[in-house]
Amino acid sequence: MSYIHNIGAYFLMIAEMFRKPTKWSVMKTLILKDIDDLIIGSLGIIAFISFFVGGVITIQTALNIDNPLIPKYLVGFATRQSVILEFAPTFTSIIMAGKVGSFITSSIGTMRVTEQIDALEVMGINSLNYLVFPKTIALLLYPFAIAIGMFLGILGGMAACVFGGYSTLADYIIGIQTDFDTFHIFYAFIKTFVFAFILATIPSFHGYYMKGGALEVGKASTTAFVWTSVAIILLNYILTDMMLG
Amino acid sequence: MIEVKGLHKSFGDAHILKGISTSFSKGKTNLIIGQSGSGKTVFIKCLLGLFDYEEGSISYDGKIFSQLTEDEKRNLRAEIGMVFQGSALFDSMTIAENVMFPLQMFTKMSKVEMEERADFVLKRVNLPDAHKKMPSEASGGMQKRVAIARAIVNNPKYLFCDEPNSGLDPNTAIVIDNLIQEITDEYQITTVINSHDMNSVMEIGEKIVFLKDGLKAWEGSKETIFKTDNKIVTDFVYSSNLFKKVRRMYIEENS
Repeated sequence: MSYIHNIGAYFLMIAEMFRKPTKWSVMKTLILKDIDDLIIGSLGIIAFISFFVGGVITIQTALNIDNPLIPKYLVGFATRQSVILEFAPTFTSIIMAGKVGSFITSSIGTMRVTEQIDALEVMGINSLNYLVFPKTIALLLYPFAIAIGMFLGILGGMAACVFGGYSTLADYIIGIQTDFDTFHIFYAFIKTFVFAFILATIPSFHGYYMKGGALEVGKASTTAFVWTSVAIILLNYILTDMMLG
Repeated sequence: MIEVKGLHKSFGDAHILKGISTSFSKGKTNLIIGQSGSGKTVFIKCLLGLFDYEEGSISYDGKIFSQLTEDEKRNLRAEIGMVFQGSALFDSMTIAENVMFPLQMFTKMSKVEMEERADFVLKRVNLPDAHKKMPSEASGGMQKRVAIARAIVNNPKYLFCDEPNSGLDPNTAIVIDNLIQEITDEYQITTVINSHDMNSVMEIGEKIVFLKDGLKAWEGSKETIFKTDNKIVTDFVYSSNLFKKVRRMYIEENS
Protein backbone atom coordinates (compact mmCIF):
# COMPACT_ATOMS: atom_id res chain seq x y z
CA MET A 1 0.00 0.00 0.00
CA SER A 2 2.82 2.39 0.87
CA TYR A 3 4.39 1.70 -2.55
CA ILE A 4 1.23 2.94 -4.29
CA HIS A 5 1.12 5.95 -1.97
CA ASN A 6 4.77 6.76 -2.76
CA ILE A 7 4.25 6.42 -6.52
CA GLY A 8 1.28 8.82 -6.27
CA ALA A 9 3.26 11.22 -4.11
CA TYR A 10 6.15 11.09 -6.62
CA PHE A 11 3.91 12.16 -9.52
CA LEU A 12 2.30 14.90 -7.38
CA MET A 13 5.81 16.13 -6.57
CA ILE A 14 6.62 16.34 -10.27
CA ALA A 15 3.41 18.32 -10.94
CA GLU A 16 4.15 20.64 -8.00
CA MET A 17 7.71 21.17 -9.27
CA PHE A 18 6.39 23.12 -12.27
CA ARG A 19 4.08 25.41 -10.25
CA LYS A 20 5.00 28.88 -8.92
CA PRO A 21 8.35 29.18 -10.70
CA THR A 22 11.28 30.85 -8.96
CA LYS A 23 12.54 34.18 -10.36
CA TRP A 24 14.64 33.54 -13.48
CA SER A 25 17.61 35.54 -12.18
CA VAL A 26 17.81 33.18 -9.18
CA MET A 27 16.91 30.03 -11.12
CA LYS A 28 19.67 30.71 -13.67
CA THR A 29 22.29 30.67 -10.91
CA LEU A 30 20.85 27.48 -9.42
CA ILE A 31 20.88 25.70 -12.79
CA LEU A 32 24.50 26.70 -13.46
CA LYS A 33 25.52 25.52 -9.98
CA ASP A 34 23.74 22.19 -10.49
CA ILE A 35 25.36 21.74 -13.92
CA ASP A 36 28.70 22.18 -12.19
CA ASP A 37 27.84 19.81 -9.30
CA LEU A 38 26.00 17.12 -11.23
CA ILE A 39 27.47 17.12 -14.76
CA ILE A 40 30.92 18.70 -14.73
CA GLY A 41 31.66 17.07 -11.38
CA SER A 42 30.81 13.64 -12.82
CA LEU A 43 32.84 13.87 -16.03
CA GLY A 44 36.02 12.52 -14.41
CA ILE A 45 34.44 9.32 -13.10
CA ILE A 46 32.45 8.81 -16.33
CA ALA A 47 35.61 9.21 -18.41
CA PHE A 48 37.64 6.88 -16.19
CA ILE A 49 35.05 4.11 -16.06
CA SER A 50 34.12 4.38 -19.75
CA PHE A 51 37.71 4.15 -20.95
CA PHE A 52 38.57 1.08 -18.92
CA VAL A 53 35.26 -0.75 -19.35
CA GLY A 54 35.57 -0.15 -23.11
CA GLY A 55 39.00 -1.79 -22.88
CA VAL A 56 37.64 -4.75 -20.89
CA ILE A 57 34.79 -5.31 -23.40
CA THR A 58 37.36 -5.44 -26.19
CA ILE A 59 39.62 -7.89 -24.34
CA GLN A 60 36.71 -10.14 -23.37
CA THR A 61 35.37 -10.17 -26.93
CA ALA A 62 38.77 -10.83 -28.45
CA LEU A 63 39.51 -13.67 -26.03
CA ASN A 64 36.19 -15.35 -26.77
CA ILE A 65 36.67 -15.32 -30.51
CA ASP A 66 38.88 -18.31 -31.25
CA ASN A 67 37.26 -19.39 -34.51
CA PRO A 68 39.55 -18.32 -37.42
CA LEU A 69 36.49 -17.91 -39.66
CA ILE A 70 35.21 -15.00 -37.55
CA PRO A 71 36.75 -11.76 -38.84
CA LYS A 72 39.00 -9.79 -36.46
CA TYR A 73 37.07 -6.57 -37.05
CA LEU A 74 34.22 -8.11 -35.04
CA VAL A 75 36.07 -7.00 -31.88
CA GLY A 76 35.56 -3.33 -32.81
CA PHE A 77 31.98 -3.98 -33.90
CA ALA A 78 31.08 -5.72 -30.60
CA THR A 79 32.75 -3.00 -28.54
CA ARG A 80 30.88 -0.26 -30.41
CA GLN A 81 27.51 -1.98 -30.05
CA SER A 82 28.03 -2.79 -26.36
CA VAL A 83 29.21 0.70 -25.47
CA ILE A 84 26.59 2.65 -27.45
CA LEU A 85 23.56 0.48 -26.79
CA GLU A 86 24.00 -0.51 -23.17
CA PHE A 87 27.19 0.38 -21.39
CA ALA A 88 27.21 4.16 -21.84
CA PRO A 89 23.50 4.92 -21.32
CA THR A 90 22.49 2.23 -18.81
CA PHE A 91 25.55 1.05 -16.91
CA THR A 92 26.83 4.61 -16.46
CA SER A 93 23.37 5.70 -15.25
CA ILE A 94 23.43 3.02 -12.55
CA ILE A 95 26.80 4.36 -11.42
CA MET A 96 25.41 7.91 -11.52
CA ALA A 97 22.47 6.76 -9.37
CA GLY A 98 25.10 6.12 -6.71
CA LYS A 99 27.15 9.27 -7.23
CA VAL A 100 24.66 11.96 -8.30
CA GLY A 101 21.61 10.31 -6.70
CA SER A 102 23.07 10.03 -3.22
CA PHE A 103 24.42 13.59 -3.49
CA ILE A 104 20.94 14.90 -4.36
CA THR A 105 19.19 12.88 -1.63
CA SER A 106 21.65 13.78 1.08
CA SER A 107 21.80 17.49 0.21
CA ILE A 108 18.00 17.87 0.07
CA GLY A 109 17.53 15.54 3.07
CA THR A 110 19.97 17.62 5.14
CA MET A 111 18.03 20.74 4.18
CA ARG A 112 14.86 19.00 5.41
CA VAL A 113 16.47 17.98 8.73
CA THR A 114 17.90 21.44 9.38
CA GLU A 115 14.56 23.17 8.56
CA GLN A 116 16.01 24.95 5.51
CA ILE A 117 13.11 23.65 3.41
CA ASP A 118 10.65 24.96 6.03
CA ALA A 119 12.47 28.31 5.82
CA LEU A 120 11.87 28.39 2.03
CA GLU A 121 8.19 27.49 2.48
CA VAL A 122 7.66 30.15 5.16
CA MET A 123 9.09 32.73 2.78
CA GLY A 124 6.43 31.73 0.24
CA ILE A 125 8.89 30.00 -2.11
CA ASN A 126 7.84 26.81 -3.90
CA SER A 127 10.63 24.70 -2.43
CA LEU A 128 10.13 21.88 -4.95
CA ASN A 129 10.57 24.28 -7.84
CA TYR A 130 13.54 25.89 -6.12
CA LEU A 131 15.31 22.61 -5.29
CA VAL A 132 14.28 19.96 -7.83
CA PHE A 133 13.57 21.90 -11.03
CA PRO A 134 17.16 23.22 -11.50
CA LYS A 135 18.54 19.70 -10.99
CA THR A 136 16.14 18.36 -13.62
CA ILE A 137 17.19 21.06 -16.09
CA ALA A 138 20.89 20.59 -15.29
CA LEU A 139 20.60 16.87 -15.99
CA LEU A 140 19.29 17.62 -19.49
CA LEU A 141 23.01 17.95 -20.22
CA TYR A 142 23.52 14.37 -19.06
CA PRO A 143 23.43 13.02 -22.65
CA PHE A 144 26.45 15.25 -23.32
CA ALA A 145 28.35 13.39 -20.57
CA ILE A 146 27.15 10.07 -21.93
CA ALA A 147 28.36 11.03 -25.43
CA ILE A 148 31.81 11.59 -23.94
CA GLY A 149 31.46 8.20 -22.23
CA MET A 150 30.62 6.55 -25.57
CA PHE A 151 33.61 8.12 -27.27
CA LEU A 152 36.01 7.20 -24.48
CA GLY A 153 34.60 3.67 -24.22
CA ILE A 154 35.34 3.05 -27.89
CA LEU A 155 38.72 4.78 -27.52
CA GLY A 156 39.55 2.58 -24.50
CA GLY A 157 38.59 -0.46 -26.55
CA MET A 158 40.88 0.69 -29.32
CA ALA A 159 43.79 1.22 -26.93
CA ALA A 160 43.32 -2.22 -25.37
CA CYS A 161 42.99 -3.81 -28.78
CA VAL A 162 46.10 -2.26 -30.29
CA PHE A 163 48.40 -2.18 -27.25
CA GLY A 164 47.24 -5.63 -26.09
CA GLY A 165 47.85 -7.08 -29.51
CA TYR A 166 44.33 -8.51 -29.90
CA SER A 167 43.78 -6.98 -33.33
CA THR A 168 45.18 -4.32 -35.61
CA LEU A 169 44.11 -0.68 -35.54
CA ALA A 170 42.78 -0.99 -39.09
CA ASP A 171 40.60 -3.99 -38.17
CA TYR A 172 39.26 -2.20 -35.11
CA ILE A 173 38.35 0.90 -37.14
CA ILE A 174 36.65 -1.22 -39.79
CA GLY A 175 34.74 -2.93 -36.96
CA ILE A 176 33.45 0.29 -35.42
CA GLN A 177 32.28 1.46 -38.87
CA THR A 178 30.59 -1.79 -39.89
CA ASP A 179 26.77 -1.78 -40.14
CA PHE A 180 26.54 1.51 -38.28
CA ASP A 181 22.91 2.47 -37.67
CA THR A 182 22.27 6.06 -36.57
CA PHE A 183 18.99 4.95 -34.99
CA HIS A 184 21.07 3.23 -32.31
CA ILE A 185 22.52 6.61 -31.31
CA PHE A 186 19.00 8.09 -31.26
CA TYR A 187 17.81 5.14 -29.13
CA ALA A 188 20.72 5.58 -26.70
CA PHE A 189 20.06 9.29 -26.27
CA ILE A 190 16.30 8.82 -25.78
CA LYS A 191 17.14 6.35 -22.99
CA THR A 192 19.65 8.79 -21.55
CA PHE A 193 17.08 11.64 -21.40
CA VAL A 194 14.63 9.37 -19.57
CA PHE A 195 17.34 8.19 -17.16
CA ALA A 196 18.41 11.80 -16.56
CA PHE A 197 14.88 12.67 -15.46
CA ILE A 198 14.83 9.62 -13.17
CA LEU A 199 18.26 10.53 -11.76
CA ALA A 200 17.03 14.02 -10.86
CA THR A 201 13.58 13.24 -9.50
CA ILE A 202 13.69 9.93 -7.58
CA PRO A 203 16.62 10.94 -5.32
CA SER A 204 14.98 14.37 -4.84
CA PHE A 205 11.74 12.65 -3.81
CA HIS A 206 13.52 10.55 -1.19
CA GLY A 207 15.42 13.57 0.17
CA TYR A 208 12.47 15.95 0.16
CA TYR A 209 9.98 13.68 1.93
CA MET A 210 12.38 12.09 4.42
CA LYS A 211 11.61 12.31 8.13
CA GLY A 212 14.00 12.08 11.06
CA GLY A 213 17.62 13.02 11.59
CA ALA A 214 21.11 12.41 10.23
CA LEU A 215 20.76 8.62 10.35
CA GLU A 216 17.63 8.79 8.21
CA VAL A 217 19.45 10.97 5.65
CA GLY A 218 21.87 8.06 5.16
CA LYS A 219 19.02 5.56 4.92
CA ALA A 220 17.17 7.79 2.45
CA SER A 221 20.30 7.96 0.25
CA THR A 222 20.54 4.16 0.18
CA THR A 223 16.81 3.78 -0.57
CA ALA A 224 17.07 6.40 -3.31
CA PHE A 225 19.96 4.52 -4.93
CA VAL A 226 18.03 1.23 -4.87
CA TRP A 227 14.82 2.71 -6.35
CA THR A 228 16.66 4.80 -8.93
CA SER A 229 18.52 1.69 -10.10
CA VAL A 230 15.30 -0.36 -10.19
CA ALA A 231 13.53 2.35 -12.21
CA ILE A 232 16.46 2.60 -14.65
CA ILE A 233 16.59 -1.18 -15.19
CA LEU A 234 12.81 -1.44 -15.71
CA LEU A 235 12.63 1.56 -18.04
CA ASN A 236 15.65 0.23 -19.93
CA TYR A 237 13.73 -2.97 -20.62
CA ILE A 238 10.53 -1.14 -21.61
CA LEU A 239 12.30 1.36 -23.89
CA THR A 240 14.43 -1.32 -25.53
CA ASP A 241 11.35 -3.43 -26.22
CA MET A 242 9.47 -0.40 -27.58
CA MET A 243 12.26 0.97 -29.76
CA LEU A 244 14.23 -2.07 -30.87
CA GLY A 245 11.85 -4.97 -30.23
CA MET B 1 -2.56 41.61 14.62
CA ILE B 2 -2.92 37.85 14.42
CA GLU B 3 -6.13 36.25 15.66
CA VAL B 4 -6.60 32.54 16.27
CA LYS B 5 -10.03 31.03 16.87
CA GLY B 6 -10.77 27.47 17.99
CA LEU B 7 -7.71 25.83 16.42
CA HIS B 8 -7.72 22.03 16.29
CA LYS B 9 -4.89 19.92 14.92
CA SER B 10 -4.41 16.15 15.02
CA PHE B 11 -1.80 13.69 13.76
CA GLY B 12 -3.65 10.41 13.28
CA ASP B 13 -5.25 9.61 16.61
CA ALA B 14 -3.14 12.12 18.53
CA HIS B 15 -5.15 15.31 19.13
CA ILE B 16 -2.38 17.91 19.56
CA LEU B 17 -4.22 21.26 19.56
CA LYS B 18 -7.67 21.19 21.17
CA GLY B 19 -9.38 24.43 20.27
CA ILE B 20 -6.91 27.24 20.98
CA SER B 21 -8.15 30.83 20.70
CA THR B 22 -5.95 33.85 21.28
CA SER B 23 -4.63 36.99 19.61
CA PHE B 24 -1.19 38.54 19.12
CA SER B 25 -0.94 42.32 18.99
CA LYS B 26 1.14 44.52 16.71
CA GLY B 27 4.30 46.03 18.20
CA LYS B 28 4.39 43.54 21.06
CA THR B 29 6.51 40.51 21.86
CA ASN B 30 4.02 37.70 22.29
CA LEU B 31 5.34 34.54 23.94
CA ILE B 32 3.93 31.05 23.67
CA ILE B 33 5.20 28.97 26.58
CA GLY B 34 4.59 25.47 27.86
CA GLN B 35 6.24 22.16 28.60
CA SER B 36 7.83 20.04 25.91
CA GLY B 37 5.05 18.24 24.05
CA SER B 38 2.42 20.85 24.93
CA GLY B 39 1.86 21.69 21.27
CA LYS B 40 3.89 24.94 20.97
CA THR B 41 5.79 24.02 17.82
CA VAL B 42 2.70 22.53 16.15
CA PHE B 43 0.80 25.73 17.03
CA ILE B 44 3.46 28.00 15.53
CA LYS B 45 3.71 25.79 12.40
CA CYS B 46 -0.08 26.05 12.00
CA LEU B 47 0.20 29.84 12.30
CA LEU B 48 2.84 29.81 9.55
CA GLY B 49 0.76 27.57 7.29
CA LEU B 50 3.33 24.77 7.41
CA PHE B 51 0.68 22.45 8.89
CA ASP B 52 -2.95 22.23 7.83
CA TYR B 53 -5.48 22.13 10.65
CA GLU B 54 -8.90 20.49 10.95
CA GLU B 55 -10.93 23.24 12.61
CA GLY B 56 -10.66 26.90 13.52
CA SER B 57 -9.31 29.96 11.80
CA ILE B 58 -6.16 32.09 11.73
CA SER B 59 -6.38 35.67 10.49
CA TYR B 60 -3.61 38.12 9.73
CA ASP B 61 -4.91 41.69 10.09
CA GLY B 62 -8.43 40.48 9.26
CA LYS B 63 -7.39 38.22 6.34
CA ILE B 64 -8.35 34.62 7.10
CA PHE B 65 -5.37 32.53 6.02
CA SER B 66 -7.30 29.44 4.86
CA GLN B 67 -9.53 31.58 2.60
CA LEU B 68 -6.63 33.22 0.74
CA THR B 69 -5.71 32.18 -2.78
CA GLU B 70 -2.25 30.66 -3.38
CA ASP B 71 -0.97 34.00 -4.69
CA GLU B 72 -2.38 35.87 -1.69
CA LYS B 73 -0.79 33.34 0.66
CA ARG B 74 2.51 33.81 -1.14
CA ASN B 75 2.25 37.59 -0.79
CA LEU B 76 1.39 37.26 2.89
CA ARG B 77 4.33 34.93 3.48
CA ALA B 78 6.64 37.52 1.96
CA GLU B 79 5.58 39.72 4.93
CA ILE B 80 6.55 37.05 7.46
CA GLY B 81 10.02 36.66 8.97
CA MET B 82 10.90 33.45 10.78
CA VAL B 83 13.78 32.56 13.09
CA PHE B 84 14.00 28.78 13.36
CA GLN B 85 15.20 26.86 16.40
CA GLY B 86 18.30 25.67 14.55
CA SER B 87 18.61 28.98 12.61
CA ALA B 88 17.97 27.17 9.28
CA LEU B 89 20.59 29.20 7.42
CA PHE B 90 21.32 28.01 3.90
CA ASP B 91 24.70 26.35 4.35
CA SER B 92 25.72 26.71 0.70
CA MET B 93 25.58 30.52 0.99
CA THR B 94 27.71 33.05 2.86
CA ILE B 95 26.14 35.02 5.69
CA ALA B 96 25.62 38.06 3.45
CA GLU B 97 24.00 35.87 0.75
CA ASN B 98 21.70 34.35 3.38
CA VAL B 99 20.59 37.80 4.48
CA MET B 100 20.10 39.02 0.89
CA PHE B 101 18.11 35.92 -0.08
CA PRO B 102 14.59 37.29 0.68
CA LEU B 103 15.49 40.50 -1.19
CA GLN B 104 16.63 38.48 -4.24
CA MET B 105 13.39 36.52 -4.21
CA PHE B 106 10.83 39.25 -3.52
CA THR B 107 12.22 42.62 -4.55
CA LYS B 108 13.57 44.24 -7.68
CA MET B 109 16.52 45.78 -5.86
CA SER B 110 19.84 46.05 -7.65
CA LYS B 111 22.81 44.07 -6.29
CA VAL B 112 24.28 47.24 -4.76
CA GLU B 113 21.00 48.09 -3.03
CA MET B 114 20.71 44.55 -1.68
CA GLU B 115 24.28 44.68 -0.37
CA GLU B 116 23.59 48.02 1.33
CA ARG B 117 20.43 46.66 2.97
CA ALA B 118 22.21 43.46 4.10
CA ASP B 119 25.03 45.61 5.46
CA PHE B 120 22.51 47.71 7.40
CA VAL B 121 20.68 44.78 9.02
CA LEU B 122 23.89 42.92 9.82
CA LYS B 123 25.11 46.03 11.63
CA ARG B 124 21.71 46.21 13.36
CA VAL B 125 22.24 42.72 14.79
CA ASN B 126 25.83 43.59 15.75
CA LEU B 127 27.54 41.55 13.03
CA PRO B 128 29.28 44.23 10.98
CA ASP B 129 32.17 42.02 9.78
CA ALA B 130 30.60 38.62 9.21
CA HIS B 131 29.49 39.05 5.57
CA LYS B 132 31.87 36.61 3.92
CA LYS B 133 31.76 33.86 6.54
CA MET B 134 29.90 30.64 5.88
CA PRO B 135 27.22 29.67 8.44
CA SER B 136 29.36 26.71 9.55
CA GLU B 137 32.09 29.17 10.57
CA ALA B 138 29.75 31.14 12.85
CA SER B 139 28.97 30.40 16.51
CA GLY B 140 25.45 29.49 17.67
CA GLY B 141 24.78 33.05 18.85
CA MET B 142 26.05 34.51 15.57
CA GLN B 143 23.88 32.11 13.57
CA LYS B 144 20.82 33.22 15.56
CA ARG B 145 21.64 36.87 14.86
CA VAL B 146 22.09 36.13 11.15
CA ALA B 147 18.72 34.35 11.21
CA ILE B 148 17.16 37.46 12.80
CA ALA B 149 18.85 39.67 10.19
CA ARG B 150 17.47 37.46 7.38
CA ALA B 151 14.03 37.52 8.99
CA ILE B 152 13.86 41.33 9.21
CA VAL B 153 15.71 42.29 6.01
CA ASN B 154 12.54 42.60 3.94
CA ASN B 155 10.71 44.68 6.60
CA PRO B 156 8.26 41.98 7.69
CA LYS B 157 4.96 42.77 9.40
CA TYR B 158 5.10 39.54 11.39
CA LEU B 159 8.10 37.91 13.06
CA PHE B 160 8.02 34.35 14.37
CA CYS B 161 10.79 32.88 16.51
CA ASP B 162 10.91 29.20 17.47
CA GLU B 163 12.98 28.80 20.64
CA PRO B 164 15.43 31.59 19.73
CA ASN B 165 17.49 30.96 22.87
CA SER B 166 17.89 27.22 22.70
CA GLY B 167 21.52 26.12 22.96
CA LEU B 168 22.80 29.59 23.84
CA ASP B 169 24.65 30.67 26.97
CA PRO B 170 22.72 33.01 29.33
CA ASN B 171 24.51 36.18 28.21
CA THR B 172 23.95 35.54 24.52
CA ALA B 173 20.34 34.53 25.22
CA ILE B 174 19.71 37.92 26.85
CA VAL B 175 21.35 39.70 23.89
CA ILE B 176 19.05 37.81 21.48
CA ASP B 177 15.95 38.55 23.64
CA ASN B 178 16.74 42.24 23.82
CA LEU B 179 17.47 42.37 20.11
CA ILE B 180 14.10 40.83 19.26
CA GLN B 181 12.29 43.23 21.58
CA GLU B 182 14.13 46.29 20.21
CA ILE B 183 13.36 45.26 16.63
CA THR B 184 9.70 44.64 17.52
CA ASP B 185 9.42 48.14 19.03
CA GLU B 186 11.44 49.84 16.32
CA TYR B 187 9.57 48.39 13.32
CA GLN B 188 6.21 47.80 15.06
CA ILE B 189 6.19 44.13 14.09
CA THR B 190 3.77 41.52 15.44
CA THR B 191 6.28 39.17 17.06
CA VAL B 192 5.38 35.66 18.23
CA ILE B 193 8.03 33.73 20.15
CA ASN B 194 7.84 30.08 21.06
CA SER B 195 9.91 29.56 24.20
CA HIS B 196 10.35 27.68 27.43
CA ASP B 197 13.11 29.96 28.66
CA MET B 198 11.82 31.62 31.84
CA ASN B 199 14.34 34.45 31.53
CA SER B 200 12.68 35.40 28.24
CA VAL B 201 9.28 35.27 29.90
CA MET B 202 10.38 37.70 32.61
CA GLU B 203 12.34 39.97 30.27
CA ILE B 204 10.27 40.40 27.13
CA GLY B 205 6.87 38.72 27.65
CA GLU B 206 4.51 41.57 26.87
CA LYS B 207 1.87 38.95 26.22
CA ILE B 208 2.20 35.35 27.35
CA VAL B 209 0.08 32.40 26.25
CA PHE B 210 0.59 29.24 28.30
CA LEU B 211 -0.22 25.95 26.58
CA LYS B 212 -0.74 22.65 28.34
CA ASP B 213 -1.76 19.41 26.65
CA GLY B 214 -2.93 21.27 23.55
CA LEU B 215 -5.13 23.73 25.44
CA LYS B 216 -4.61 27.35 26.37
CA ALA B 217 -4.23 27.09 30.14
CA TRP B 218 -3.51 30.75 30.85
CA GLU B 219 -2.91 34.08 29.16
CA GLY B 220 -1.41 37.27 30.57
CA SER B 221 1.77 39.37 30.67
CA LYS B 222 5.13 39.34 32.48
CA GLU B 223 3.55 41.52 35.17
CA THR B 224 0.46 39.38 35.74
CA ILE B 225 2.40 36.09 35.68
CA PHE B 226 3.91 37.11 39.05
CA LYS B 227 0.45 37.51 40.56
CA THR B 228 -1.40 34.58 39.07
CA ASP B 229 -2.75 31.86 41.33
CA ASN B 230 -3.19 29.45 38.43
CA LYS B 231 -1.45 26.35 39.79
CA ILE B 232 -0.65 24.90 36.37
CA VAL B 233 1.24 28.09 35.46
CA THR B 234 3.00 28.56 38.79
CA ASP B 235 4.08 24.91 38.89
CA PHE B 236 5.72 25.36 35.47
CA VAL B 237 7.10 28.91 35.68
CA TYR B 238 8.24 28.81 39.29
CA SER B 239 9.56 25.28 39.32
CA SER B 240 13.10 26.46 40.24
CA ASN B 241 13.96 27.90 43.67
CA LEU B 242 15.48 30.96 42.00
CA PHE B 243 12.24 31.91 40.29
CA LYS B 244 10.23 31.17 43.45
CA LYS B 245 12.46 33.66 45.25
CA VAL B 246 12.14 36.24 42.47
CA ARG B 247 8.36 35.94 42.59
CA ARG B 248 8.30 36.32 46.39
CA MET B 249 10.47 39.45 46.17
CA TYR B 250 8.31 40.92 43.38
CA ILE B 251 5.12 40.40 45.41
CA GLU B 252 6.74 41.89 48.54
CA GLU B 253 7.98 44.94 46.62
CA ASN B 254 4.60 45.55 44.97
CA SER B 255 2.31 44.79 47.90
